[in-house]
Order: sequence, then C-alpha cells, then structure tokens
Amino acid sequence: MLQVENLTVYYQTLKGQVRALENASFTLANGEIMGLAGETGCGKTTLGHSLIRLAPPMVHIGGRVLLNGQELPLADMQKMDAYRFTDISIIPQYAMNALNPIRKIGQMTEELLRARKADVKAVTAELKDRLEMVKLPQEVLNMYPIELSGGMKQRMVMVLSTLLNPELLIADEITSALDVASQRAVAEMLVEFRNQHCCNSVIFITHDISILYQIADSILIMYAGQLAEKASTETIIRSPRHPYTRLLISALPEIGVRYSDKRLTGIPGKTPLLLNPPQGCRFRERCPLAFEKCAEVPPFIEIEPGHFAACWKETGSHA
Amino acid sequence: MKALKQKNEFLYFALRNRKLQIGLGVILFFVLLAAFGPLLTDYGPFDYVNPTGPVPPSSKYWLGTTFFGQDVFTQVVMGLRATFMIAVLGGGIATLTGMLLGFLAGYRGGMLDEIINALTNIVLVIPTMAVLLIIAAYLQVRSLWMESILIGLTSWPWAARAIRAQTFSLRTRDFVDMARMSGESSFKIIFSEIAPNMMSYLVMTFILQFGGAVLNAATLDFIGLGPTNAISLGLIMQYAMMWGALQFGMWWWFVPPGLAVTLIVGALYSMNVGLDEVFNPKLREM
Amino acid sequence: MRKYFGRKLLIYLLTFFLAVTIDWLIPRFMPGDPVANMLARVSVNSTAASVMQEYYTHLFGLDLPLWQQYLNFWTNLLHGDLGISAYLFPKPVTQVLMNAIPYDVALLLPAILLSWLAGNNFGAVAARSKWLDNTVSPIGYILTATPYMWLGILLAWFFGIILDIFPIAGAYSFSLSPTLSWKFIGDVLLHWFLPFFSLFMVQFGGWAIGMRNMIIYELEADYSHYLEALGAPRSLIRRYAFNNAVLPQLSGLALQLGVIVAGALVTEVVFSYPGIGYLLLAAIQNQDYFLIQGCFLFIIIGVLLANFVIDIVYVLVDPRTRRGMTGEAA
Repeated sequence: MLQVENLTVYYQTLKGQVRALENASFTLANGEIMGLAGETGCGKTTLGHSLIRLAPPMVHIGGRVLLNGQELPLADMQKMDAYRFTDISIIPQYAMNALNPIRKIGQMTEELLRARKADVKAVTAELKDRLEMVKLPQEVLNMYPIELSGGMKQRMVMVLSTLLNPELLIADEITSALDVASQRAVAEMLVEFRNQHCCNSVIFITHDISILYQIADSILIMYAGQLAEKASTETIIRSPRHPYTRLLISALPEIGVRYSDKRLTGIPGKTPLLLNPPQGCRFRERCPLAFEKCAEVPPFIEIEPGHFAACWKETGSHA
Repeated sequence: MKALKQKNEFLYFALRNRKLQIGLGVILFFVLLAAFGPLLTDYGPFDYVNPTGPVPPSSKYWLGTTFFGQDVFTQVVMGLRATFMIAVLGGGIATLTGMLLGFLAGYRGGMLDEIINALTNIVLVIPTMAVLLIIAAYLQVRSLWMESILIGLTSWPWAARAIRAQTFSLRTRDFVDMARMSGESSFKIIFSEIAPNMMSYLVMTFILQFGGAVLNAATLDFIGLGPTNAISLGLIMQYAMMWGALQFGMWWWFVPPGLAVTLIVGALYSMNVGLDEVFNPKLREM
Repeated sequence: MRKYFGRKLLIYLLTFFLAVTIDWLIPRFMPGDPVANMLARVSVNSTAASVMQEYYTHLFGLDLPLWQQYLNFWTNLLHGDLGISAYLFPKPVTQVLMNAIPYDVALLLPAILLSWLAGNNFGAVAARSKWLDNTVSPIGYILTATPYMWLGILLAWFFGIILDIFPIAGAYSFSLSPTLSWKFIGDVLLHWFLPFFSLFMVQFGGWAIGMRNMIIYELEADYSHYLEALGAPRSLIRRYAFNNAVLPQLSGLALQLGVIVAGALVTEVVFSYPGIGYLLLAAIQNQDYFLIQGCFLFIIIGVLLANFVIDIVYVLVDPRTRRGMTGEAA
C-alpha cells in the first residue's frame, strides 16, 4: 500500500542543515497499524510530517514515496493538495488547537469540504455517524471550539481527519498529552476507525511503546534520524534484534517486577546532535556491541521474513 | 554557561540584523548631531543673525534662516537636544511607572491586579493629549522637566499592560516557584528573577515609550504648550506656521524639524522590529 | 455577555467621573487666579475690569466653598450648561461646541473608518507576497512615524501652495455663505479633503503594518497548518487568517482613539479647520477657561462613546464573546 524508498529530509537552519531523516525505507500493508517509536528528536515526527506536509524549513533531499503504486509529489506543496485529506491525512499533535477558534465546527467542516470539492451532502450524513462512533453529541457541530473540552476537540479532529476515508492516516503523538484512561480510549478509537474502514493503514507516532503493544500490528523503531528496526509487535517486544531496541525494551518497567528484583536500566550516553552527526551508524557511541564495521552505515535489510534491522552484528551473516 | 552562550547568540544576530543596524545608525546620527552640533555653529538659536530675514539654505546658513533671520540649523540642533531630553525623561518615567505597576499587578494578582487593571483601563481610555493640554494650559511657566513628567505620567498604561502580561506568564515558571519557596520577598523576586528574564521585553518597551514621547512632545509644542523658554522641534514648526512659512514657501523652516521627528521615530520602530527578530528566533528570516 | 458590558460600562462611568473631576480640579489648583489671567488679555479700564472680575468670579463660583463649587459644576453639567465663553462672549460654551462638532465628525468618521478598512485589507495583501511586503512595510512604518501636523503641513504646502489644487484654511471660502448649492458643497469638500487625507494617511500606515503582522502570525497558527495538511486552498486559509486577525485590530482601534483625536486636534490647527481642536487652541491662547473645560469634556465624551460603539461591534464580530467567553486577551 505504502512504499517509502530512501526518504531523506533535512531541516534548513541558519547554522546549516540538520540531518533529521536519513534514507528511510519501509513498506506498509493494507490495514496495517504501524507504530513509529523512538526518543524525542529521532526523526519520527519528521518522517510523519514529510509524508503529508513537507513545508519549510524541511527540505526534501532525496528518496521517494509510493502510495498504491503512485509516486507522491512530496516537495510540491501545490501538487500534494490533490492527495491531502482524500488519500493521506493526519491527526496532528496540536489537535487541541487545530480548529479555527471563530468558526462553528460544523460551518468550518462544510467550508472545508466545499473547498475540497467533496460531496457535501453525502459526507455530512457520514459525519453524523462518525460523531456517534466517537461518542460526541450532534450539537458539537453548532458549537465553537472554545466550548469543547480538550478531549472533545481531539475526538472531533480525529473524526474530521478521517472523514474522507484516507488510505493512509498519520497519528502524531495523539495520546502524549492525555492521562492513562483517555490514552486507552483514544487508542481503541483509532483501532475502531481502522476496523470500520474509515481509514486504511495507520502510522502511529509515539514515544510510548506500551501503547503500541496494545494496538499496533507492527513497530518501527528509529534512532537519531536512522531506521533501527521494524517487525511485528510481538517480535519487537519479545525478541528484538537491534541493540538499541533491546536496550529500549529492557528499560521498560514490567508489571509485577519489583525494583529490588530487577533494576531499571537506562541507556547511558546522549543522542547525537544532527547538525553534524557521526559517520556510519549513529548509535555507535552508545552501543555495547559496536565494532569497526559500524563506521559504515548499516543497510536496513530483512533479516527474517517481515523483520528488518539496520545493524552489522545482525546482518553480518546475511550481508 | 548557557546564559552566556545565549547572550552571545543574541549579540551575533543583533549585529547582523538589517533593521536594527539602520535604526541604530539613524539614532546615532541624530544623537551625535545633538551632542556636537552646537560646536558646528557660532550662533544661538534665537539670535537674529541674518538682517535680510528669511533665506533658503546656503553654504553660510546650512538650513537657511527663519522669518526673523534666525539660523534654522542651530534651532534644529538645539531642538534635537530638547527632544532627546524629553524623550529619555518622559519615556523613562513612563517605563518605570509601567514596570512598577505592571510587575505588581502581574506578580501579585488578585485584588491588587484588579485595581491596577481598572486604573490602567481608565487612564488608557482618556485621550492623553487632552489631559496634557488641560494641565499645560493652566501652567503659566512651563519647563522641559514639567513636560517630561507630564508625558511620563500619562503614557505609562501601554507599558504597564505589556509588562503585566509578560510577568503573568513568567510567574508560573519553576525558577520563580523555587525563589518563592526559599522565602525571598516579592520585591526581590521581581527584580532578581523575573526582570532579568524580561530584559529584552523591557528594552523594547522603553524604545516604544521613547518614540511615543518624541511624538507627544512635538505635538504639545506645536500647539503652543511647550516649554516657555527653550527651543524644540515642535516649537520650530509652530513658529514656522505662525509666521506664514507655508504661504511664503519657506520650506527649509518647516521641513527639517518634522523630518527629524519622522526619521527618529521611524528609526525607533525599525529598531523595535529588529530587536523582536533577534529575540524571537521564529521571526528571523532564513 | 451582560458581565462583559457591565464591566465596560463601569469603567466608562468611572472614567467619566474622573475626567470631569480633573476638568474641575485643574483650574482651581493651578498657580495664579484664572479670572485675573483671563481678564488680563482684555484691555478695559479699571472700573470695568473690577466689575468683570466680580462677575466672572461669581460665574466661576470661585467665591463659594470648594465642595459647593464641585456640586454646582456637576449640576450645571447635567443641565447642559458649560458656562459662557469669554473669547466668544456672550455665546454659551455649549453652543460654540455644538457648532464645531459637525466638522470633527466630518473629518474623523470617514478618516477612521476608511483608513482602518483600507489599511487592514492592504496589510493582508502585503502579507501575501514577499516583494509587496518589502515595499509596503517601510512605507507603512514611515507613515505611522510621521507626526500628524507635519504631514498636514507637507500636504498643505505641496497640494495647496505649489500645485494650488486645494485651499489650506477654513471649512469653506470666506466669500461664500452656507447654502445648499452644488457650488457650496463642492467648496466645502475642497476644504475638507486635505485635512481628511492627512488624518487618513498616518492611520493607514499604522493599520497596514499591524494587519500584516497579525496575518503572518495567524498564518503560522496551528489551525492554519492543520488546514494546509488537509489540503485546503490558500484562499480559505487566508480568509480564516484575516477573520481572526481583524479582532485584535478592532480592539486596537479602541486603544488608538486617544492618539487619533490628538492627531485631529493638530491637523485642524494646521488647516484652521473649525473643529474642536481649533477651538481648543484658540481657547488656550485666549485663556478662555470655560471653553477649555468644555472642549475637554466634549473630547472625553466623544472618546467614551466611540469606545462603547467599538465594544458593541466587537461583540457582534467575535462569536466567542456572545457565548460568554471573552476572546479578548488581558
């Protein structure tokens, strides 16, 4: 469904180019919910946003993205309009502020649909069903954003973004600002959307792996702008192969395990600055398994069916 | 260490910002002119130096002479001094008053905030010029000091509002909570924790007050309520109008003083925009 | 919404009260005897002078205890009695002011409305293209930095003296008398244009700059980015940005009223246009205290009324205030 090939996106700053995303390659199948996880600044948001709104200061350096076989004109803000909302959509991190404060929600929706030349009547009928699905009252359409709570606004944005049944939905940290109970509700709502075909595949960006365990089919781990590992959720959680993923998973607290029995381990060191990143594998400095070959960038290749990793140690025998 | 790095970063951008450079350059020019101008001329502003009355600019009289044969250049230079003095004093008083009330209202909140807010709104609604007029009208003798104080005491609401809003947002920050928990007095917290973090904002506020004072002073002087025995840019324009400079086409009499005010205030606005760009990285152009 | 208006009205009433008190206070606490100062300008023989001194002192109420003077002031005010003008004796101040008001309204209303509307639209357009922005912005800053009277003088000089298109003094030619004829109306318009244009230009610069900044700010807001991500056309995004940006511009207008009134004052002085500003100047020069007080009060009342009108308009334009949430920032 989605094919990303060597996508490279940098940020243009006064001090030079920040190499935020380097040679990302992966595929997404129909109906797949892929979690995109990593530390802050690993490039997951860059990846997510470059798929739908590659605007300055982002610069498209190389690579391409194919949606159902068609290449997307990522760098062309104008041409991408044809795909936005209808084929690719996003639930932004700032969902609470994403609605025009001085327009009634229903009115704004109608104006947007009209401007996108959608069948307003048909979609409006669909809209009412969707509102029921997320348990929002119909009156919401007659209200101003300021009259809704944060959670209601977020649900409204979820409905709005999936209104035209996009092929690909990017959910950017939609649970990050919520309490645990709301996180669960929102995550489950997302799965429901996918199940009801309100959207096809989902890229769920988050730094919280435990949520992904609940709802994701597969997980893609990123580190410092490079892809580290991608596999099914089970594999990533139970038997990760990339050293970074392994350290990440072991750093997670487990229910029932007490601190006195097994200490929480963090990963020593800091993420590199991406203005002038180190050569080769960027995890090298903190990796307990690093050796001389790591000075070369390891390719992100399939080490087992459906399991990808970028590590010389792992791919050494398959290289 | 981080603070030093940040300061250096600001300095780096400040020195390269076009708008700041232009604005600062123009202001510097006028300051130098006001400071050293009198050395360039042998006359006093009110001396009747030209027996033939008004003449256009020449190599002898750089900006020509007035209806009475007074040297316009000398008048402008001396007028610049008065204008700058009023602007610094008036702007300074307004900024300080605004700081005092703004900090108190923003930091303490509650009843004090309500009262100061109401006071600010009231003073804000009353047209400054009307109050200045009515006070100055009844003063038989007016000095530069008086004018500065009056301007300062009527322009502070703008500063107070802006500073209050900023203080409000800074108040909830962690370092303020720390200071409060360690038992520091409100006064000390305001001046050693909050104010330094708002330095850029305070500077910009002062610049705007400075510009506003220049305009207010020029307007007051033009109406005839300026200082009674000094010369200022507004007064030059008033004399020019009173003695028919328009009708007789003595453009060299009314153009320079107004031009000076426009350039000074314009330069200040330019500096303000430039400083905003320096302090808010988002606004910097790539 | 009731709370919103209630609060505003309270402030306006307090302001009015304070302004009237200031108006009453100033002449009584300034050094010197206002009546003597007033009469010093009128050269009359000593017996007439002392009679007039007594008359005016009585008229001013200066022979009464302070608290009674204050109460009388308020009672007279509420009856519409602002005293007798010394400069234009024996016309009552109220009448003099009422004659001048139409000229101010004729200048200020179109100047404020047109410059606000035109400036905002211009600023919005400037925010669109970079090169437009680079040409319009500096001009806008220079215009808004220009003192009102200097622009008036320049316009009078250029269009009035050099090009001789417009007259530069008065509301209508001295040779004509007010009639409802085309010739007269044309003449009035000719006299009206330069002062109006002068007021218009300075404000226009300010609004254009302000709007340009607001639009740029709104275009970077979250809702704008979200609409972009959903592929909304630029026209829709710009329309939303404009609607949002207009609101602070409207509040800004209320705050600028004092400055605009001051500008009108000096512009009238430059063009000898017989509005309240011109009257105030004449009153000051002639030490006519009743007239000065009257002008001050009229200015205050005018500004308060205009503020109130803007408040009403704001409620109509910002839907959030109607729902009980004020959209205004602190």
